[in-house]
Amino acid sequence: MSKKEWPLWEVFIRSKQGLSHKHAGSLRAADAEMAINNARDVYTRRSEGVSIWVIESEKVVASDPSEAGPLFEPANSKAYRHPTFYEVPDGIKHM
Amino acid sequence: MTEKEALFEYLLRRADDSLILGHRLSEWCGHGPILEEDIALTNLALDLIGQSTEWFQYAAKVEDKERDENDLAFMRIEREYKNVLLVEQPNGDFGKTIIRQFLFDHFQNLLFQRLMESKDEQIAAIAAKSIKEVRYHLKHSSEWVIRLGDGTEESHDRVQDSLTDLSRFIDELFYQDEVDELLIKSGIACDTSEFQKEYRKNIQAVIDEATLSLPEKLWQLDGGRKGVHSEHLGFLLTELQYMQRAYPGMEW
Repeated sequence: MSKKEWPLWEVFIRSKQGLSHKHAGSLRAADAEMAINNARDVYTRRSEGVSIWVIESEKVVASDPSEAGPLFEPANSKAYRHPTFYEVPDGIKHM
Repeated sequence: MTEKEALFEYLLRRADDSLILGHRLSEWCGHGPILEEDIALTNLALDLIGQSTEWFQYAAKVEDKERDENDLAFMRIEREYKNVLLVEQPNGDFGKTIIRQFLFDHFQNLLFQRLMESKDEQIAAIAAKSIKEVRYHLKHSSEWVIRLGDGTEESHDRVQDSLTDLSRFIDELFYQDEVDELLIKSGIACDTSEFQKEYRKNIQAVIDEATLSLPEKLWQLDGGRKGVHSEHLGFLLTELQYMQRAYPGMEW
């Protein structure tokens, strides 16, 4: 019997209309359709979602942790890039 | 038989199908072939037990004899259970569980589709609520039948054996007697013979895609609707009823 494992998939769930998909976790499935079904069973059984994206984990391109310095640190000293100098009007959500 | 007695009987048949199959699926909890499928099977079990709760609640109301849904689910004896034989068959391997589910899901889908039009509002409401679950069950089991049938030589042979074995229980799904006849007349129940061909067509399409074959008609078993069960139900009930038998009336 083959011991080959099914590929790993990353799961993204949109919790409600208007919000973006958020990474929920990962799971194993033989193909895309099974991945969607499994994601539905594993990650939305308590009404967590209205939409599911799955993508094979190996297709995800990630930044190199050793490059974290050049990639992210230059932004640390630039407070003026944060929109903290504005008053957010009452009633604006998801900011 | 009065219409009330027929309705009670009809509701028990619906409730027991869901309860017994739900219990069978719950036996997979912690034993699924992969974590994802373990959760999926348990979800199906919960859906079915949820459906049975609604059928039992309504049955208890119709019967009107101070029995509630728990009494009906847990305190009857074997001969009083009216589920079809298919749903009480042991889980076997994962493929067998899937074939059993597949044969049942396609039936339940067509049945509930019609019961949504029942003149009995409560039946129509339960069917309408449940059919979304059933359609997912059907998608889940049908896709697995295709994967396993059209998978490896071993998976193909195993599900073929299960299909051959369980095909002996197909005709019983469409069993009808005076209970149905009485309720069909009043527009409460639906005539299952009207969708027997559609059922055959639907399962055949999946079976073909799965490169499996439905055997030439084998001897068909029945009796479940009259409370005459296979040897497996007694063992299942022993486990299902243990808590209520050991601690009558317990709640948690």
